[in-house]
Amino acid sequence: MNWTFWMPQALLGVSLLTAALIFPLDEEQVGLRTVLNIGGATLKLILVGVIFWGSFRGYEFEARLPFMGDLSIVLQADYLSLLFVALSALLWFVTTFYAIGYLEGSPNRSRFFGFFSLCVTATMGIALAGNLITFFVFYEMLTVVTYPLVVHRGTGEALEAGRVYLLYTLTGGVLLLLGIVWLHSAAGQLDFVTGGSLAALAVERPGTLRLIFCLLVGGLAVKAALFPLHGWLPIAMVAPAPVSALLHAVAVVKAGAFGIVRVVHDVYGANVAASLGLLTPLAAIAAFTIVYGSVRALAQDDLKRRLAFSTVSQLSYITLGIAIVGPVATAGGLVHLLHQGMMKATLFFCAGIFSETLGVQRVSEMDGIGRRMPLTMAAFTVGAFGMIGIPPVAGFVTKWYLGLGALEAGQGWVVGVLAVSSVLNALYFLPIVGAAWFRPAPAEWVPRPVRETHRMLLVPALATAAFSIAAGIAAGLPFSPLWLVRLAVGEIYGP
Amino acid sequence: MILTPILLPLIGAFLTFITRRSAPLIGTATAALTAASSIGVAWTVGRRGFLSYPLGDWAAPVGIALRADGLSAVMLLTSASVVLPVCVYAVGYFRKQAGEAHAAAGFWPLALLLWGGLNGLFLSGDVFNLYVVLELMTLAAVALVAIGSEESGLAAAMRYLLAAFLASMFYLLGVALLYGAYGTLDMAMLGARLVPEPAAYLAAALIAGALALKTALFPLHFWLPRAHAAAPAPVSALLSSLVVTGSFYLFLRLWTSVFAPIASVSAGQLLGILGSTAIVWGSLQALRQQHLKVMIAYSTVAQVGYLFLLFPLVTSAMATAGGADAWGVSAWNGGVYHAISHALAKAAMFLAAGTIVQALGSDRIVGISGIARQLPVTTYAFGIAGMTLIGLPPSGGFVAKWLLLSAAFASGQWWWAIVMLLGGILTAGYVFLVLGQELSQAGSDHDVEMKPVPRSMEYAAFALAFAALVLGLRVTEPLELLRIGFPFGGS
Repeated sequence: MNWTFWMPQALLGVSLLTAALIFPLDEEQVGLRTVLNIGGATLKLILVGVIFWGSFRGYEFEARLPFMGDLSIVLQADYLSLLFVALSALLWFVTTFYAIGYLEGSPNRSRFFGFFSLCVTATMGIALAGNLITFFVFYEMLTVVTYPLVVHRGTGEALEAGRVYLLYTLTGGVLLLLGIVWLHSAAGQLDFVTGGSLAALAVERPGTLRLIFCLLVGGLAVKAALFPLHGWLPIAMVAPAPVSALLHAVAVVKAGAFGIVRVVHDVYGANVAASLGLLTPLAAIAAFTIVYGSVRALAQDDLKRRLAFSTVSQLSYITLGIAIVGPVATAGGLVHLLHQGMMKATLFFCAGIFSETLGVQRVSEMDGIGRRMPLTMAAFTVGAFGMIGIPPVAGFVTKWYLGLGALEAGQGWVVGVLAVSSVLNALYFLPIVGAAWFRPAPAEWVPRPVRETHRMLLVPALATAAFSIAAGIAAGLPFSPLWLVRLAVGEIYGP
Repeated sequence: MILTPILLPLIGAFLTFITRRSAPLIGTATAALTAASSIGVAWTVGRRGFLSYPLGDWAAPVGIALRADGLSAVMLLTSASVVLPVCVYAVGYFRKQAGEAHAAAGFWPLALLLWGGLNGLFLSGDVFNLYVVLELMTLAAVALVAIGSEESGLAAAMRYLLAAFLASMFYLLGVALLYGAYGTLDMAMLGARLVPEPAAYLAAALIAGALALKTALFPLHFWLPRAHAAAPAPVSALLSSLVVTGSFYLFLRLWTSVFAPIASVSAGQLLGILGSTAIVWGSLQALRQQHLKVMIAYSTVAQVGYLFLLFPLVTSAMATAGGADAWGVSAWNGGVYHAISHALAKAAMFLAAGTIVQALGSDRIVGISGIARQLPVTTYAFGIAGMTLIGLPPSGGFVAKWLLLSAAFASGQWWWAIVMLLGGILTAGYVFLVLGQELSQAGSDHDVEMKPVPRSMEYAAFALAFAALVLGLRVTEPLELLRIGFPFGGS
């Protein structure tokens, strides 16, 4: 029992404790709640820093707690975990500020921030999970604790969205659970092992393993929003903007994508999965989702819905990268886990600012908004360029690696998909950017106050935009997302 | 020592009956003492293993023996964990309920009587003794339903009484048959002497039918929803969590001891099918209800179904060489774990519902919108209890579901897995229907109409729900206790 045992638990405990302290607070205790929120997020960032430092120094973090029978709750920090941990901790820190600003003066904030912290806890658990049962426990916990956030506004529309959200995610959870129980009964263990541990079983009972894979990935695909299981995501848009940023950039959708990474690489092993013929269909579905999401996004006038369909599309880049065997493509997929998180968080922050400050929620109302809110629109533009894949924003790096990796693996068709998708991305983002900067603004907007918008809203958006650019420019340098991903890929494929 | 969990509540029942004014105080104190003695017994079982205590020092064939193994210990602990918070809740509940003084006066002695009977059930070792305590428990339960002043309470109690009476007759007939054929009433001896012959089969059928009726297994559940919904909230909590669990306990106990020699795989399958039907039927009915308490009562019908999924799995494990180790243990653990998780969660849910009814004066589900703002603790209690019923991790319900699912796959009976998971989704349907209403802001105009409720009521419900959650985190200890005196094969 030393610090490598306690650290992963502390990482979870911080947010759990924050939640436990926030729930009983009165609505009016704004100051204390803010201190707790920011204190918790800061402490978490520090702990993440320590865990990074420890990992580079060669410490192996693992906490194994007996659960039931031969199963344990395992929390560990390999590079793949760290990837997700870093993303969550960083974006959470930023989103906390944004959420405090966004919800100022609205009701039920103790409840909101309590569940907000529980969400971080669950996401951290997913990131650190060392076996499928641990993963599942936190995965389902995430489903439950995001529900009150989705229905936070309590309107009929929000409740309906919550219902759809649960219908999709709980059904997905059931499939996942079925797969896990079956796998446990067939293989006898559920640990994440680099390269997988099912090679022998794959020869013996290939049919069973194929079916289990379908159950596992089918269950995860709901949160990863793979076609045709993406339906909940655009509907869940009624949630407050910080929640959308959280659902779409970090927590929920990434939990699904991250789960697919784990199943392919650490449960089955990419080679076993490929030899069972499972990855080509997965790649095909991902490719289809990329194009489908973009096409649907084109038709949306509601800004958040357009962004949601864009998420559907962008998320599948991750899955696509995973479904192509080879270090470069895997790197492309994994790095998008981080890049998409930063860029999409930026876009949702901006969408929230537009709607809060000017009441603008539709693309058609955005003419000239760039002159009214230059900084916000600049951040939005960065996010949009990133999504299209224009250098130097981070999205370019993703597409480059995906394309290169696909060629390396002899799957040239992927490059075509990427090209089509980029054109579509441009088609649904560039008109917004163009109109916002160059069209004349309608007259009826409220006169410009001294500041563009609330600082607590603006700074987070600018920060994530800056991250997105930095991640692109400095991709080759140490501590960039790409650098971290290379470490993780090295772990998977060997140096 | 083993006698105290039975005697203490009986004494308490007597005291609360004669001293009406200070009944809440004496009742709660008795509950605390009984809980302590239950813990004592469970602790002794954990340390020393199987306990047996011949009453009056007469040996088994003539005298009657009390016995305690892991299952009894777990059940004792469960009933203590449920009754204690319910008592705390009842103090506040009946104080607020003006004009129901006679209901309060009835509650304490009857509830303690019920508990005494229940603990007797968990500790008895012979089938006639079991009949006596089962009757004691049932009569107390029926009377508890009737203490509410409403007309519907009396009607429901009448119906319940008839069903319970019928069940008792069958049970007693079965016991008489067993005694006539084998000359003993001791469970262990009966198990050893029983051979497959018509008398044994008839007795098994009678007793199984009687207990299915008492446990409200589909299609014999007709009496439950009204009785449980019409009773005052603390009573509903006791009935839906403990009385049901007690009857199930007896079913399980007899099935794996007395009737083990004739428990056939097909009979197990039949129970599984009835259980599955109960899950689907009960959940669908729960989804259709417009009143909160009726909905929760139908949820009990559904959850009872899960309990009976244990039988096909355990029976096939008994019939298969090596089956006990392969999946018998996890099926057994899963079923019992479900029973205790459900007991805690369902009690929490009824208490939470009772708080809402007292605050709003009605339990129409559409009327509770926005209640989360005024009663957050109650809402969280309901929500956490709901998680356990759905079987979402981390909760006792999830552990139970996992164990049962593992057993289903290991025994190759995967169809039960489908039913369990489908039931989970349906449960989520009605749990979130209520939670959605509670979080809704649509009709938050009843700020004025809300009556204040004592904090103790809110926290009692929350404590129960939280206990169900903790059961999903500390799994090893309860399962180890349960292993003591594991009834068949295995290590």
